[in-house]
Amino acid sequence: MYKLTLLSLLIALPFGLVQAQTPEEKGLAIATEIDARDQGWQDQTSNMQMILTNRQGQSSTRKIRLSSLEVPGDGDKSISIFDEPADVKGTAFLSHTHAVKPDDQWLYLPALKRVKRISSSNKSGPFMGSEFAYEDIASQEVAKYTYKYLGEEEIDGRKMFINELYPQYKKSGYTRQVAWVDQERYVLLKVEFYDRKNTLLKTLNFVDYNQYLDKYWRPDEMHMVNHQTGKSSKLIWSDYTFQNGLSDSDFERSILQRLR
Amino acid sequence: MIVPKVISLLALLVYPITAFPEFSYRGNAGLELKYFTADPIVADQTGNTISASIEPEFYWSFNDADSLAFTPFLRADSADDSRSHGDIRELLWLHVGEGWELRSGIGKVFWGVTESIHLVDIVNQTDLVENLDQEDKLGQPMFWLSVPKDWGTLDLFALPYFRERTFPGIEGRFRTIPVVDKSLTTYESVDEESHLDWAMRWSHYVGSLDFGISAFDGTSRDPQFIPKMSDGGQIVLAPHYPQIRQYSVDIQSVLDAWLLKLEYIHRDFDSADSYNAAVGGFEYTFGSIFDRRADLGVIMEYLYDSRDENGGPFQDDLFAGIRIAFNDIQSTELLTGIIGDLHNGARLFTLEAARRLGDRWTMKLEARAFSSIPDDDPLSSQREDDYVQFSLEYFF
Repeated sequence: MYKLTLLSLLIALPFGLVQAQTPEEKGLAIATEIDARDQGWQDQTSNMQMILTNRQGQSSTRKIRLSSLEVPGDGDKSISIFDEPADVKGTAFLSHTHAVKPDDQWLYLPALKRVKRISSSNKSGPFMGSEFAYEDIASQEVAKYTYKYLGEEEIDGRKMFINELYPQYKKSGYTRQVAWVDQERYVLLKVEFYDRKNTLLKTLNFVDYNQYLDKYWRPDEMHMVNHQTGKSSKLIWSDYTFQNGLSDSDFERSILQRLR
Repeated sequence: MIVPKVISLLALLVYPITAFPEFSYRGNAGLELKYFTADPIVADQTGNTISASIEPEFYWSFNDADSLAFTPFLRADSADDSRSHGDIRELLWLHVGEGWELRSGIGKVFWGVTESIHLVDIVNQTDLVENLDQEDKLGQPMFWLSVPKDWGTLDLFALPYFRERTFPGIEGRFRTIPVVDKSLTTYESVDEESHLDWAMRWSHYVGSLDFGISAFDGTSRDPQFIPKMSDGGQIVLAPHYPQIRQYSVDIQSVLDAWLLKLEYIHRDFDSADSYNAAVGGFEYTFGSIFDRRADLGVIMEYLYDSRDENGGPFQDDLFAGIRIAFNDIQSTELLTGIIGDLHNGARLFTLEAARRLGDRWTMKLEARAFSSIPDDDPLSSQREDDYVQFSLEYFF
């Protein structure tokens, strides 16, 4: 909070302390603080289960192992290895994300032993047939959006900032997102996604945060509901590990051929 | 007491490996039904067929540096004895060193970027009886040293044993007329299939551009065919495998929703004229169509070969295709296209579609149709082999 206080002080000084910030400045300050508090984790691994449920309540499960590398000053690097469904077992997805320029992405197809460079331009497309779009699960960088602070609200006894986000990267499926940010922990509790026609499309809820290394908050579950189709997708995270000593060479294209 | 000594020696040798190997497996078993829309050209050839295959993959990881993968493959076919066959797709020991990786045994390597044909891909022999798209490969004996560096990855291959291409038998469809007789195979090298082949490749990426530069020296994977008299007094085609040196480049660039692709090869022979071949084109993807979920890709590739019609079917051809990924829970996908010869008008249509059923089953549909094939086209002996294939695969 020190940095934010100093920043607001500097901005506030010429105008007097009352009119501290415009809503845009305060929105940016909140996003910057979320980002600042989540720095220094270096690398992380986790297991992810994805449960897709259709309108009739039928569900299907995917299992993915994830590892990611923090890249200071740019987007993170990540590798996803698919374990289920069985027909995609061993498929691996490597992503070098960037704040505003397009991500570099490669797919490894084990049956063909083929590494394929893929286009990352379709950010609004569904990830693995789920209600999560690629842009929803991509590395969240401050520069990807502009912001507007909307106000405060209390949810379950916790004070929230409400912050509006406007995507600045190409081909987003959203006009805006409305995010509820926990004032104490600076984590997202809820996000509403508005489609290109500015109609409410999806709501994402973050469930059961745990703190790791006395610093980094990670949710156990993320629940996405698509209001327009009635479908929903649930991400269930487990076995988080941090600071495993991973480096750039563990996220190179050449590594894809020997992943299991 | 020699026996206990041998046993303890064996135990000593085996112990560090078998101590705690981490074992896993995956694989699939499939059943396919093939329906031919026309009678075969030659009476020996059969009609509709049923076929079953299994390809399990066993994997042992001994420590952080060593692992072994074993992938046997087996197929039984109701019609063609040559298609009932087995192969070791992979029996490969991987050792990861400090800044290098060595793979020894039988393995598979894929090089290239294009969709319609795979010019640059040369390490593995084609298992042609599996599918005429030439995407199924036989396991290749190899020592493969891979060195990842800041300036890209350098791969060096020593290939000590040659695998002969598989061909449909006398009863099979998609075969040449006259049939290929593997018992009459000849080689340019006196070492025959034991000729030691070499290959190397440098691959790297800069920004949105991925590229590979490769060289190969050894026995051509593509045979020439020499008409001969078989033991039974029939005219057959005898495969002849010449010695070649091949140099190639493959490039792919991503520009927004565009994928731009190019493969180029130059092939020198010891005893024939050298030639050049290339394939290049694009894939453009329209995202978020059909209720905003599906992707539709449009693919176009031009195929060039400096040889005349006898060199291969694709010397002045255009491929146009459409790929749809529905991005649904069942991962429904469809790829359809046509390769047309701009010179003689021959056309080949293909359709491939797949959809998952539940968590462990996938159903696939595949169809091919040959159209307007002139008598002198290399595909002319397959002109009556239009087919529709339905298959069911179980994954474990």
